[in-house]
Amino acid sequence: MADHDHAAALERAGANVSGWWSSVAFLARKYPLGAIGAVIMVIFLLTALLAGITGLDPFSTDARSSLARPGGEHLLGADFMGRDVLARIVFGARISLTVAVGATFLGCFFGVAIGLTSGFFGGWFDLLVQRLIDIMQSLPLLVMALVMAASLGPSLTNTIIAIAIPLVPSVARVIRSNTLSLREMPYVEAARAVGMSEVRIAVTHVLPNTLAPLIVLATAQLGSAILVESALSFLGLGVPEPHPSWGRMLSESAAEYVRTAPWLVIFPGVAISAVVFGTNLLGDAIRDVLDPRQRQ
Amino acid sequence: MGAYLVRRLALMMLTLFGISVLIFVLLRIVPGNITDIIFDSAGFVNERQKKKIERELGLDQPIVTQYGRWIAGLAKGDLGYAYVSEKPAIDEILPRIPVTAKLAVLALFFSVIIGVPLGVVSAVRQDTTLDYVLRVISLSGLSLPSFWLGLLILMAFVHFLGWIPLYQSSPGNLGKELALLCIPAAAVGFRSSALVMRLTRSSMLEVLRQDYIRTARAKGASDTSVHYDHALRNAVLPVVTIIGIEAAFLIGGLIVTETVFNIPGVARFLVEAIRWRDYPIVQNLVMFIAIVVVVVNFLVDMTYAMLDPRIRYEG
Repeated sequence: MADHDHAAALERAGANVSGWWSSVAFLARKYPLGAIGAVIMVIFLLTALLAGITGLDPFSTDARSSLARPGGEHLLGADFMGRDVLARIVFGARISLTVAVGATFLGCFFGVAIGLTSGFFGGWFDLLVQRLIDIMQSLPLLVMALVMAASLGPSLTNTIIAIAIPLVPSVARVIRSNTLSLREMPYVEAARAVGMSEVRIAVTHVLPNTLAPLIVLATAQLGSAILVESALSFLGLGVPEPHPSWGRMLSESAAEYVRTAPWLVIFPGVAISAVVFGTNLLGDAIRDVLDPRQRQ
Repeated sequence: MGAYLVRRLALMMLTLFGISVLIFVLLRIVPGNITDIIFDSAGFVNERQKKKIERELGLDQPIVTQYGRWIAGLAKGDLGYAYVSEKPAIDEILPRIPVTAKLAVLALFFSVIIGVPLGVVSAVRQDTTLDYVLRVISLSGLSLPSFWLGLLILMAFVHFLGWIPLYQSSPGNLGKELALLCIPAAAVGFRSSALVMRLTRSSMLEVLRQDYIRTARAKGASDTSVHYDHALRNAVLPVVTIIGIEAAFLIGGLIVTETVFNIPGVARFLVEAIRWRDYPIVQNLVMFIAIVVVVVNFLVDMTYAMLDPRIRYEG
């Protein structure tokens, strides 16, 4: 389960491991695609964290370099207002990271709280939660986020909330079904026998054991949060100006620039795809490591 | 089965009722309605005129009354009037459905025709180079934002053929229309095919591990026979359920793709209506989407039970 013994697992798999680095190297050999994903994610994280010290400026406009071609002063070209595309992509990583981590965290937090309560305690609350999940899941993620975003109004925080809420039901559903089987475990009975309170059993014995499926789900949601953010911003209902959001950069450039300034279309899209690709590769590998039943 | 059907239908109605409340409240819970947008663009606020417009649109009524009016109208087939065009909402929505429906069916067709065979090949050749390549392709399919894929396709057309396959309002005949729709449908379908392929692959792998597959091999059946006669037949069953998941997945793709390719369908219309806070259009369209998703899922479950005699729904 969640607290499985990595060292033992590695040894069984025939690894000659001593120390942290060699186990990382072993995992990378065993899951090459996951390793590529991890590298992409590290680059993404570093870009977002170190954007400030690159000396790039995503906001300064310059009429002379409006729609400048890639190369020379602007490595990836400049947009209509003469803003450097590279700088906006680098700083856009921050927006993507903020929205993805924020929405995933919020979604998982509430999803876990609701799923655990409804699965462990059951009763009328469980029935209500199940119906609510049904209701929310019969609307596509993007439609739900669109309506949320529109009713909350465009801002960075609201975009995070608008994406987080539609993520809650799928987390709640997974945690609930896990909790249902976990609460029948002998160790739960044992805890009850020694007089532990129900709430304490739920938090200290059941919750930690839902961690593995939660991590798998959260990585998958990280990717979809980034995609939904980019789609919302592309449609003009997500992160507003002057934030350099990748999706927003595409909406500014969209169909018209396909003809005249293709670099404005290509680079932000490459950034989105690469990062989401990274989360997907990493997510698959994490699933294989944590959940041997689904190993393919 | 009869009792199950009744229960299932009751739950469907309950879900749809829940969505109608959810969407209605969401649209009104936050301050700001169409009058704010009108006066925002005018640059000044005329309080008296604002009140008058709100009264005409019924926005001054309590929210419960507004909701009651909407549902009562829905039952009679009256969806109210669109704020922006001031035409009956149904006249705005209905003509936009066929083009979106054609696009959705084409996209579904593409996703199945690409996704299922590749998923099977990937499973049969598990852990070979081919499997890795196919898995990377399907993962990248899931990673591309569909609007960007659409833009890339437009760019390729401009660059190599010198024309843009944008949808025209009157494409002439059905053949030409389908041809114009094929390109955006392929863009939506490619993304969905990645999902179909992943699910087909894992379902096929699961089946290949079953005892009866070992039995079939043991009695000397050829690989082809084992894979396609014994395994595939059982592996496609779960794939049918994917269509249910796809319904929701496709709609997300349609929204952005219709925007990119300028297709006058309901999905793009939803975004426009949301921007304008055109409540009658938004709430009816969202209801429509929810009904489609719920009904498709119901039909999928029924088909599943029909195709697989092992499944019997208990009441």
